[in-house]
Amino acid sequence: MIGILFLCAALSVVVTIGIVLSLIPPTVEFFQEVDLGEFLTGTEWAPLFTPPKFGVLPIVAGTLVVTVCAIAIALPFGLGTAVFLSEYARPRIRKWLKPMIEVLAGIPTVVYGYFALKFVSPYVQDLWPIGDPPGVFNALSAGLVMGIMILPMVASLSEDALAAVPAGLREGAYALGSSKFEVASRVSVPAALSGIVAAFVLAVSRAVGETMIVLIAAGGTPNLTWNPGEAMQTMTAFIAAAGTGDLSQGSTGYQTIFAVGSLLFVVTFFMNVFSNRVVRRFREVYE
Amino acid sequence: MVSMESPDLGHGDPVRSAPPADIVLTREMQAESVPGAPEPDTRQVVFDIRGLDVHYGPVLAVAEVDLAVAAREITALIGPSGCGKSTFLRCLNRMNDLIPGARVSGSVLYHGLELYGPQIDPVEVRRRIGMVFQKPNPFPKSIYDNVAFGPRVNGQRRGLDDLVEHALARAALWDEVKDKLKKSALALSGGQQQRLCIARALAVEPDVVLMDEPCSALDPIASSRIEDLMVELKRDYTIVIVTHNMQQAARVSDRTAFFTAEIRESGARVGVLVEYDQTETIFTSPSDPRTEGYITGRFG
Repeated sequence: MIGILFLCAALSVVVTIGIVLSLIPPTVEFFQEVDLGEFLTGTEWAPLFTPPKFGVLPIVAGTLVVTVCAIAIALPFGLGTAVFLSEYARPRIRKWLKPMIEVLAGIPTVVYGYFALKFVSPYVQDLWPIGDPPGVFNALSAGLVMGIMILPMVASLSEDALAAVPAGLREGAYALGSSKFEVASRVSVPAALSGIVAAFVLAVSRAVGETMIVLIAAGGTPNLTWNPGEAMQTMTAFIAAAGTGDLSQGSTGYQTIFAVGSLLFVVTFFMNVFSNRVVRRFREVYE
Repeated sequence: MVSMESPDLGHGDPVRSAPPADIVLTREMQAESVPGAPEPDTRQVVFDIRGLDVHYGPVLAVAEVDLAVAAREITALIGPSGCGKSTFLRCLNRMNDLIPGARVSGSVLYHGLELYGPQIDPVEVRRRIGMVFQKPNPFPKSIYDNVAFGPRVNGQRRGLDDLVEHALARAALWDEVKDKLKKSALALSGGQQQRLCIARALAVEPDVVLMDEPCSALDPIASSRIEDLMVELKRDYTIVIVTHNMQQAARVSDRTAFFTAEIRESGARVGVLVEYDQTETIFTSPSDPRTEGYITGRFG
């Protein structure tokens, strides 16, 4: 019995290691053709054209812009939702509201993609404040909708962290004449910070890795810009678009997919390491 | 909000119908009193509680408590588990407001002011009436930030250093922590943590300190330090303490209220005040047989 259970636990670890290992050989072959420096600092991304350009920065910038838009929505609203649920809402409201928010997480991403393209994008075009309005494909619409998609995860995980803060700490703060908001902002949130940061990091990872929404709504043009009103391609959207094309196995174009995949892995890996340090530094241990 | 004493409930409960006359001091009576008059008449009443009922949802938890708390005294609330003494204590700084479904009726006059009146801000109430809890609950912050928490919440920015030192000194903790104010409060021992919680409560300069079994999580030595501290503090503060420890009540308190749980006809357990008197009287010649039974350890 213990053997079966161990196999269950080992499965995900083995698969993860397998995925990482499978990334390595094509990536190594890719960098035998393409200079690493050119890859990391080049500002033109056209790996499937002739002559090919292998500067990855435009799709890194696309990923960054979309992620920032998503986090700008998901973090404040997700944390606000969590604080409302754990500190303000009556138990009956919480009982209904939390599952309803979690339903948002169950909507297929392809639905979110078309929601971004057909519903949000027209508003973005109409309400654009300065200069020419963006085209129908733009990073902002994709980012905003991605924010809505990861909001339930931020809210739910942050709420779990807040709910784990001992009730005695809140009582202590109330007994000193704190208002509800002061209890939440000075006691509950700081005490739950490690869990909230973990939720935030997971949300960023989801945003960096999300593919379908950007594939549908952000446009497919690599574009080195910080303007979220423009069409962009992200790293994941490139992988999906190139992977579904007719690249022959072993070609440099095919290996490009793995090189970008490895870069994605490295980015998320270091983000996790970084966040662990942040958490260790700032969290308030209450046990 | 004043409770209507229903006559049928009043019968058969000798305690409630006859609250000890010398305790029920109103402000008017105090105004009439002559300096140097007999001891009870010179005491100022901080809390005057009449006909207090507490419901949790539909369940009556505490019924018909009449009790007056005098200034600069230690009032002990004793009684078996589930007799409603903690629930009662939490009515005095409106902590029960935080429990969904809790409902308080009757009258709690605090210096003549109806604590449950419509204009009363419960946050303001808790600034004036501090509380120390059963389990030490320091915030996961530094010792300094724990003590400075209350003043900061109340908008104070300057003079915090002095205030923190003063509060820690009053709680007999300053000498032990003065060199490690920036260290986490959770590194302190249980007894030190509880004294820190007392310092934290004192830092907002309250009028009353409520203590809900403050020593029950501490060893005897730490407990006795807290007891000494309470006696010291009553010169400036009014203290109401809930305790399971009868020796503690006998040692530190001036007055003792004995609560018990009554089984009503419906089968419900309801907390009631049985007897309230000078601590010495309660422990030497209680007037109610239930008090005597509890004091002498025959039940409870």
